[in-house]
Amino acid sequence: MSVPQHTMQDVFARPGLLQRLNLRDWLWAAVVLAGIAYAFASYHSAMDAYEQSFLLLSAPAVLALGFYWRSSQLYVLAVALLSLFGIWLYGGDYANGESVFGLKYLFSSQSAVMWMSALFFLATAFYFTGLVSGSEFINKTATAITWTALVMGLTGLMVRWYESYLIDPEFGHIPVSNLYEVFILFCVITGLLYLYYENHYRNRSMGGFVLLVISAAVGFLLWYSFARDAHEIRPLVPALKSYWMKIHVPANFIGYGAFALAAMTGTTYLVKQYALAHNPSGLLARRLPSLEMLDEISYKAIALGFAFFTIATILGAMWAAEAWGGYWSWDPKETWALIVWLNYAAWLHLRLTKGWTGTHMAWWSIGGLLITLFAFLGVNMFLSGLHSYGEL
Amino acid sequence: MRLRQNHNLNLGTRLTRFLGSMPLAITLLVVLAIASVIGTVLQQNKPYADYEIKFGTFWFEIFRTLGLYDVYSALWFLLILAFLVVSTSICVVRNTPGMLRELRRFREQAQEKSLRLMKHTSSLILNQPPARVEETALQAMQAEGFRVRAHQGKDHRTLAAMKGGANKWGYWLTHIGLVIIFLGGLLDSRLPLMIGEWRGVIQPETRNIPASEVPLESRLQAGNHSFRGSVDIPEGRQANIIFLPVRDGYLVQELPYTVEVKAFRVEHYATGQPKSFESDLVIHDKDLPQPLETTISVNHPLVYKGTAIYQANFGDGGSEISMQLRPLLATYPRMDLTGNVFENYNLKGEDENWRLELTNFRLFNINPVISETGETRQRNMGPSFTFKLRNAAGEAIEYTNYMNPVMLDKRPYFISGVRKSPADPQRFLHIPADSKGSTARFFHFLANLQDNAQLRKAAEQTTRATMAVTALGGNDQVTDTVIDSMVKLTRIFINSGFDGMERDISARFPPEQVQNVTEAFTKVLRAALESVYQLTLEQEGVKTPADSDWQFYDDSLNAISNLPLYGSPWYIQMTGFQQIEASGLQITRSPGMNVVYFGSVMLTIGVFLLFYISHRRVWFYIKPLPDNQTELLLAGSANRHEREFAAYFTRLTGQLRQVLAPNKADGSVTDAATNDDHHNIEHGR
Ligand code: HEM
Repeated sequence: MSVPQHTMQDVFARPGLLQRLNLRDWLWAAVVLAGIAYAFASYHSAMDAYEQSFLLLSAPAVLALGFYWRSSQLYVLAVALLSLFGIWLYGGDYANGESVFGLKYLFSSQSAVMWMSALFFLATAFYFTGLVSGSEFINKTATAITWTALVMGLTGLMVRWYESYLIDPEFGHIPVSNLYEVFILFCVITGLLYLYYENHYRNRSMGGFVLLVISAAVGFLLWYSFARDAHEIRPLVPALKSYWMKIHVPANFIGYGAFALAAMTGTTYLVKQYALAHNPSGLLARRLPSLEMLDEISYKAIALGFAFFTIATILGAMWAAEAWGGYWSWDPKETWALIVWLNYAAWLHLRLTKGWTGTHMAWWSIGGLLITLFAFLGVNMFLSGLHSYGEL
Repeated sequence: MRLRQNHNLNLGTRLTRFLGSMPLAITLLVVLAIASVIGTVLQQNKPYADYEIKFGTFWFEIFRTLGLYDVYSALWFLLILAFLVVSTSICVVRNTPGMLRELRRFREQAQEKSLRLMKHTSSLILNQPPARVEETALQAMQAEGFRVRAHQGKDHRTLAAMKGGANKWGYWLTHIGLVIIFLGGLLDSRLPLMIGEWRGVIQPETRNIPASEVPLESRLQAGNHSFRGSVDIPEGRQANIIFLPVRDGYLVQELPYTVEVKAFRVEHYATGQPKSFESDLVIHDKDLPQPLETTISVNHPLVYKGTAIYQANFGDGGSEISMQLRPLLATYPRMDLTGNVFENYNLKGEDENWRLELTNFRLFNINPVISETGETRQRNMGPSFTFKLRNAAGEAIEYTNYMNPVMLDKRPYFISGVRKSPADPQRFLHIPADSKGSTARFFHFLANLQDNAQLRKAAEQTTRATMAVTALGGNDQVTDTVIDSMVKLTRIFINSGFDGMERDISARFPPEQVQNVTEAFTKVLRAALESVYQLTLEQEGVKTPADSDWQFYDDSLNAISNLPLYGSPWYIQMTGFQQIEASGLQITRSPGMNVVYFGSVMLTIGVFLLFYISHRRVWFYIKPLPDNQTELLLAGSANRHEREFAAYFTRLTGQLRQVLAPNKADGSVTDAATNDDHHNIEHGR
């Protein structure tokens, strides 16, 4: 008996991208395109060619992200709407930040970041409670809180962007130019990467461990903000006024975020292993993800981080070439970027040779985070060089 | 890599095998990372004297021999780098044949037994003729973009499919890209200079002499294919050379053109922080029909004749400064002087000659100030200039004087910073400004104190007024003694401050009396100083001093008390200036840059291909069974993304089953075996 030709095609022909999209995808795409078209129509005259192409290129990027990872659609929409709401509340007057309720307590950049901070702490507690109690409800709540924290964090950055122009159009700049801003970026990126893997592997049990590193970053952020007034918006020094900066820094932080995630899955790996050896029927041994899965997430995160760190380092070199006349000067920051990169290259090769066990690789991924941390913070604190913007 | 260990291999083969081995690569990556740390911990290319002070002569020499002051040009460091590149190249060369084979071979002749042992297999008994199964399989593979090759066996047919060869391209792009980056870097490296130094034809200059006097062996011709150096050009001047720093010296690089800096500008934000640095340049070149005029700024260099000119920094270019020298010692003359930064001037003093070396001028001094509310704000303290005053013995003290009075605690002061060496912290002299915002009253008061006649006059007035109301009134001898001691104490105070008076007392009186004497003397001194101050005010026409006048008096005494430590016979006040700035340009020629960028693009693409594309293979082993039935053995493998491939393989099996046996009721499908179990997707919620 034979099957009609079209059935076979239905089964095998890989549905094209367009066929795989459902109504929700289409609606979302329409909103994104409309939003970007609106932004282009209203502001293109205020932007130069670089900025225009950035805006236009962001359309396919956001669309692709949304199709590849559906949860990000809602996220993008939420951040866009809340940011617009915050901007609308300002009504073109920076002083409103102190008087309008919605700004003072919710959406001025500083309040939004405070919400993000509090929510990350809360989410950490929920994830650990979920791990111990095994309650699916608590675990799902933890995920929801994390999403909310991420919405507030990115909204805070977006509103801050607007605020910088509001204070003085000459100050205006994308908020990736000082340590305070990039720490928020770090929290957001690490959180998003984690949620991606959580969704992909359908496993929430390691959330608490990953959120530990985010909470630590939030702790630093709060200290930095209260003790050093780091949240103040200051104008850019001339060296930072470069297009390279705008892509170099985010690319770098995808790298840092991924490396941090890998270190935390490495930590979970070691915890799980310890639990398996000492109490195989205990909570941790039963509930934490399998060793193979943890190892795999570590690998994927380091691969992602390595790829983006490669791009970031190259962009950094191009920026250096334009700002200081040399693409490589062995400046401490550059050199430490190279050290981080070499370290993960070694990690990746070692994994290929399968010479070392998962335990060693897990320890190494934690060591890698320490090296990364030094490159990111330590260099600014202890070594002098051309990258002086992040002084503590 | 798959070769068996063989001790008969010749040395060359063994060496290449070692050099291309993965353990060596990993070791080199780690060693290079560790070596790189050194140069970040130890600040590089500082003056050698600094290192010697820091480490002592013994360690200084050892570190110097190891090249630790310029690690990244040290031979051993370059050797590690070279090793890594050689190792990577050999690795590529050795792996390429195997990879090409991987890409070309479909392995369509795979044996049934070996297919059954693969990680992903499943076997179906289908109620369909073999030709139909094959056709379906082909279609399934083509729909996924696999390339397929068929093979006719003795009792079966095999379809072998594969996809994702780009993964191997990823390997080549990554590793060859790396080698290219290194070669590009080599083009721009200092290697030719180092070789020149070894051969003795190049010798860095270490003396501080005019560029025109630098000897030939420290000069590089304009044709030099790669260089990177800098030069400071004052506004209105030009240069056709740049300086390349080499360890503790420099080389002079000639340029194929002349750069003139017409003007240099710093734009500021409303807060006073700098917003942009820019220079208006004119390029003079005989190849140009007319000079090329352009403006560069930070992040916006000029590219001309294969070189690039960057705005790197800025500094003073010899500003003209008008000064008033106000004597702090009575015997010194008051004078006016106009001079330029970087020039030296001889000053004739009373007892010795001094040399004034003007070293810097700054138009803005933005300093953080903590306000009453505890907030730090940036405040502009206005223009300042820095100079050294060198005495006949050659000892110099550095001063930084601000032109305008600065408000401290709501009162205005002229500020002068002092230090003996750049390593010391600055200490400050605060001279109070009078109600007209000038130093006039302070120097008037000081002059009166230093003038014996005025001092006596004031002391007499006060003493007589005081004596008249006491029992001693009319006793001339006592009065004279009092006046004498007032004058004497005042002199001590002026020459050595309050500290000097205390020292004088402890030297002359037994310890048990010191406290009483100090109290008494202080009273007398205060009376004398006050009387001179009142006299000063009278001469200015002030009859009844206000609180602010007494505040001024206290501030003046503080300043005068510090004068003995100030070390300069004059207070040099800036009265006017004509700023001339110098633009710091970095000029480079780097032919390797585009090579490096090209390699970087290869590297980036390669890394993504390596990580995100997997090389997948699927085999269909199709064996006819009696009754027009078919046994289909399905096997697959992937070199990464196992989990995704497992999911794909399961889906493929399901699809085949669905198409080839659409109706379960037939009972035509039998699962023979599936080895999938051991890598089932885990849903460990
Ligand atoms: C700075 C130097 C190097 C860098 C940055 C680098 C980078 C990489 C990266 C990112 C991968 C992919 C790893 C993965 O898929 O997990 C890789 C794979 C590989 N590298 Fe390197 N590599 C370097 C040097 C070397 C050297 C010296 C060798 C020679 C032994 C080598 C041999 C390999 C091999 C055989 C693979 C596997 C390719 C495959 O899976 O098809 N690499 N390299």
